[in-house]
Amino acid sequence: MEALFAFLGDYTIQNVLIGAALLGLSSGALGAFAVLRQQSLLGDALSHATLPGVALGFMAAGTRHLGSIMLGALLTGAAAALLVVLLTQRSRLKTDAALGIALSTFFALGVVLLTRIQQSGNASQGGLDSFLFGQAAAILRSDLWVMAALALAALGLLTVLWKEFKLATFDPTFARSLGLPVMLLETALTVMIALAIVIGLQMVGVVLMAAMVVAPAAAARQWSTRLEGMVLLSAAIGATGGVAGAVLSATGRNLATGPLIVLTITAIVLFSLLAAPERGLLWAAVQRRRAGAMLHDRRVLATLLRLSDEHADRAYGAEQGMLKVLHGLGTVASLHGLERRGQVRRVEHMPEEGIHWALTESGREAAEQTLAELEAGES
Amino acid sequence: MIQAVLTNIPFSIMATGALVGIAATLVGTFLVLRRSSMLADAISHSIVFGIAIVWLLTGLASGPVQIFGAALTGVLTVVLIEMLTATRRVKNDAAIGLVFPALFSAGVLLLNVYARDVHIDAHTVLLGEIGFVWLDTVSLGGIEVPRALVSMASLTLVNLAFVSILYKELKLATFDEGLARSLGFYPGVLFYALLTLTSSTAVAAFDAVGAILFVAFVIVPPSAAYLLTDRLWRMILYGCAISLISSVGGYYLAVMWNVSIGGMMALATGAFLLLALTFGPRYGLIAQELRRRGESSRNDRRALVVHLHNHETAPERDEESTPEALREHLRWNAVRAQRVLRGALARELVTLDADNIRLTPGGRALAREVLEPWRRPVAAAATTTRRR
Repeated sequence: MEALFAFLGDYTIQNVLIGAALLGLSSGALGAFAVLRQQSLLGDALSHATLPGVALGFMAAGTRHLGSIMLGALLTGAAAALLVVLLTQRSRLKTDAALGIALSTFFALGVVLLTRIQQSGNASQGGLDSFLFGQAAAILRSDLWVMAALALAALGLLTVLWKEFKLATFDPTFARSLGLPVMLLETALTVMIALAIVIGLQMVGVVLMAAMVVAPAAAARQWSTRLEGMVLLSAAIGATGGVAGAVLSATGRNLATGPLIVLTITAIVLFSLLAAPERGLLWAAVQRRRAGAMLHDRRVLATLLRLSDEHADRAYGAEQGMLKVLHGLGTVASLHGLERRGQVRRVEHMPEEGIHWALTESGREAAEQTLAELEAGES
Repeated sequence: MIQAVLTNIPFSIMATGALVGIAATLVGTFLVLRRSSMLADAISHSIVFGIAIVWLLTGLASGPVQIFGAALTGVLTVVLIEMLTATRRVKNDAAIGLVFPALFSAGVLLLNVYARDVHIDAHTVLLGEIGFVWLDTVSLGGIEVPRALVSMASLTLVNLAFVSILYKELKLATFDEGLARSLGFYPGVLFYALLTLTSSTAVAAFDAVGAILFVAFVIVPPSAAYLLTDRLWRMILYGCAISLISSVGGYYLAVMWNVSIGGMMALATGAFLLLALTFGPRYGLIAQELRRRGESSRNDRRALVVHLHNHETAPERDEESTPEALREHLRWNAVRAQRVLRGALARELVTLDADNIRLTPGGRALAREVLEPWRRPVAAAATTTRRR
């Protein structure tokens, strides 16, 4: 317990935790909109495109001043988004190529500028490399204020214009017919996503910030069918993953923070894909199995009914071996299940050996109902 | 002699860059046309995982086994993306954005933990070190050749062979997948072969330009070429030429400004894209603007002749055919009226005598054509409307 308090009391750890929570909250909440609008890869392009802005911000301030670096990152991120719009609307290139072009050329520009700074021999350049993969430990208290202000701006705008953003996301045509400035709202959302990316740059790095936009939202989508729930959950998952990854990185063997955060959230995504109620793949598999077994049961019952009708014997016992030939594997399991539910019973059928099965009254009713449904379906 | 050329430092750097660009363009052309450019991004990120795994298992950091082994991760990425999309729990774009960061993160962490002293550190992962390719050489028939040059040359040859042997099939599968399938060409298999080559090229290019700059070489030159031409073989050719010039130009600019060579080469491809976007002969922004203006002045001229024609036989003919009337009745400002009048005079649609604009027989014919298009002589129709 004391160790925990000492851990939480540590100055660096506090910074890291607060920073990771801010990052996860904002990218999680805004990522939900990116994923719903099928713009997941725009986040990828934007995050790579912030690199030249990081370098330019550093050059302008002459030191590793987070405010100017973030401003630079936001500007080049926005420029990349504009380039994507220009290329898709005014040339014959498609969205995928436009995104790839913006991503790779802006990143190349960033690389060029970074090497330029390194050549200049500025002594305070040390922190710049951490913007590639993220370095949680490099966060200062003053950085947190900048991050918090940006997060507050983005999330505040999201809250104020919640209804408008929701409508523009799900039904832009209807929103336009109501006179909402849909273009403006879409631009605002893109800028806010760029803001969320900029907030996380120092912790996760330009390369992996894309995942912070997509992954929490994709995980949250599995648990909730309402936008409110999805956004809140996405923010919570982002914050949890961010904090967990950051703690691992800050306490461990100087591992890069970004990859740890991303892997943590990817684990949450996998769990959500498998286990989320209703949408989870495991649930779907269980349900499919159940439906298959039920169908099997009903077919076995129907066969028993037909056989007993054929023999004009309500207590007719059909041989288990024959039923197995007819209905394949799983017949015995089906019969035992039906027996438990009192729809069939074992009977002797001397002089033949082996188990025979006959319908009970409730089994007969169920089988008759099945056949009636079948006929109704056919006619 | 050959030895001197191959170990010449600037030559080996530029040649490696150019080969990266050409090999990438050969496969990238089809990815761009298939609208799967972002798969190149995903692949080039996630091969970092493959490179780390292969290095941990075999200790190999180059050679055909390493290239193919690490390239499998690239293919795995695409398989995972398609599996994830097939569950219909996430959309395709989100699936891409989920898979490659995860593999990339795993790769970076592995390198972080196990490979601290080897040359594949986190920095190389992103940026490559094309400036040092000449340091690492292999002996080939008694001649020392930079290793990166050998592997890139082999990959370029493989890609070239693939594209030229299967040119027709690739073309068909790219432009009409349904037809290709119905003719029995297995477009899916072709696509995966293409992706395997893309991954292999990414692995081979990794040491030189790193994971992300490679994306520029796959996507940007083919996209620039796509803005310049409609023919597939020209698109490939232009893309290769752009890669070549970008590598040479990028090298000299980088040396001049003392910045990252790989970054500058990638940036140079971006410059070509901007040039193609602005000055492209048919799809460029300037060409689009000129076409738009041509269209609008053609409409103005047609409005002028129709206006004159309407009043030609009426009593107000003289006052309707002055330049002032154009301003008042057609609501054109002076500049526009002047411009239209000049254009119409140059095309001999009208004559101007003492402030009176009169239709020529040609102008009258055009006006009738506009007003009564069904009377237009069939043979003349196409030529007159287009020219005037």
